[in-house]
Amino acid sequence: MTTYLSHVGLKFSGALFFLAALFFQSTANAQFRVDVSGVGLTQVPISIAAFKGEAVSVQKISAIVAADLERSGQFRHIDAGSVALDENTQPDMSAFRQKAVDAVAAGSVTRLADGRFDVRFRLWDVVKGSNLGGASHVVTAPNLRLAAHKVSDYIYEKLTGEKGVFSTKIAYITKSGTRHTLWVAEADGENAITALSSAEPIISPSWSPNGSQLAYVSFESRKPEIWVHEVASGKRRLLASFKGSNSAPSWSPDGRTLAVTLTRDGNAQVYVLSTSGGEPTRLSRSDGIETEATYSADGKSIYFVSDRGGAPQIYKMGASGGGSTRVTFSGNYNISPTLSPDGKWLAYISRTGGGYKLFVMDLASGAANAVTDTNADERPSFAANSKLIVYATKFQGREALMTTTVDGRVKAKLGGVAGDIREPAWGPANN
Amino acid sequence: MKQQFKSFLSATTLAVVLAVGLSACSSGVKLDTPVEDKAGIATTNGMGTGSGANGQGNNGSGVTTVDLGAGGVNANGGPANVGKVIYFDFDSYLVKPEYASVINAHVQFLASRKTTRISVEGHTDASGGREYNLALGQKRAEAVRRAMALSGLNESQIEAVSFGKEKPADLAGDETAAAKNRRAEISYR
Repeated sequence: MTTYLSHVGLKFSGALFFLAALFFQSTANAQFRVDVSGVGLTQVPISIAAFKGEAVSVQKISAIVAADLERSGQFRHIDAGSVALDENTQPDMSAFRQKAVDAVAAGSVTRLADGRFDVRFRLWDVVKGSNLGGASHVVTAPNLRLAAHKVSDYIYEKLTGEKGVFSTKIAYITKSGTRHTLWVAEADGENAITALSSAEPIISPSWSPNGSQLAYVSFESRKPEIWVHEVASGKRRLLASFKGSNSAPSWSPDGRTLAVTLTRDGNAQVYVLSTSGGEPTRLSRSDGIETEATYSADGKSIYFVSDRGGAPQIYKMGASGGGSTRVTFSGNYNISPTLSPDGKWLAYISRTGGGYKLFVMDLASGAANAVTDTNADERPSFAANSKLIVYATKFQGREALMTTTVDGRVKAKLGGVAGDIREPAWGPANN
Repeated sequence: MKQQFKSFLSATTLAVVLAVGLSACSSGVKLDTPVEDKAGIATTNGMGTGSGANGQGNNGSGVTTVDLGAGGVNANGGPANVGKVIYFDFDSYLVKPEYASVINAHVQFLASRKTTRISVEGHTDASGGREYNLALGQKRAEAVRRAMALSGLNESQIEAVSFGKEKPADLAGDETAAAKNRRAEISYR
């Protein structure tokens, strides 16, 4: 796809950056907020014209697409103005060139006789004046936002050569009063549906590799136990309820086993359990704490947290245990490791100067950097394309979810339900 | 859903293939030429319109809601006029000597009631990660469990579990509240 890009000859007139304050001002009335920082950021300037007919649709498709693209960090949205466009009308390329726009998408939303909606769009390369194709999605009203995310995925892939993740799902947990709720939402946090509602805490959701099931920790029996929950049917089963605490489930990439933390032999230690249950195999052996195991994308390694050196640090071992090597060396509190699906990055939380910050380590070089300026970051989770990370933090005094690009330059606060939002888990591709 | 999704995927792939082909041979398209061909448009029917499972509130979203109701287990029982909460210092997992009488009172109470079981529930303050705090809370619960075992309690009568930072005793964010949250609670089942 990258070669296709150069073939088309699309030139990014990017290399522009905005002061965050200016940007907030321009998006003050939008349904999203995106914070852009740093110099030399290359973003594709794109216009998403209002879709014909969206004024009478329950969802404003063009706004959802523009928000998706901006949140990705790869695009800068430029208002298309009042010109009426759809997928069948070639835009006035010279007018868009004058606005320094490199690509334009336009489309329509039509209500069909059976009550469904036909969402059509086409993407144009303004620089070259060429047609980059389009698609039609026929959906029911509740899936109009999903159709918009599919449009975003198409545009993202056409213009960056990478798969989009806008139509993936994010699971998260809210606490509102005494109610704990596990939600499955769209990748922008919106359109959340309750998967589980409980009077007791729920933590640590983890998607199965095919996106059909969530493993999580529920305290409904007055102790932490691991459940596996089929999202579509709501069928759930107790996977681990051994003596003591059962927590930190993480699926192996082949979906056959889960790494878990059990305390049946004393302090927290890492075990592996078959998804069909049965006797767990202990992987770690220390007198202290070993927890938060997570598989590498190739399934060969497990990264985990251990306090064997006196303070929590991230270590790595083989998927069937054995010797381990230390991965984090800076700071005295490094927890919640998660690996990018492409195997390049390790994201984790590090305590620095009294705050807890999201760090990203380049696994090839071992270089790690803080990518946020918030102080209560928790539980990062990578998008399927390894380009974005969702994490929990405190924002204006409330628990909130944010996404960030791996380099930390583009961040967005996710929408979603009211209340304190925490424990995000970004679902796999195509779930 | 999966079937439909696959058909959507293949349609998208088709669209990409078609679009590549289209742009490859449409480099001569003039500006302002009205577009009439729809070669680059692939039609998918029914994306996400399946009912998934038949649960309430599903709406084609593929998610069925499970509600566990009000829930909650009330802890009661145990010896009269004996404390059930053991507080710990910051970053500490040692049961302080001042709690020896509390520990002994519970052990004696349980010694004469062999079928009575207790949970020791470890808790932490709010700072740090949820899973790591769960492991720290377990260390506190485990310390109390060991102290009781050393005092003669039958191991089958006690289970050490952790709530980490999920069930604070005091929700205020200050150090006074944090001190109240670093605790282990003895809960009769």
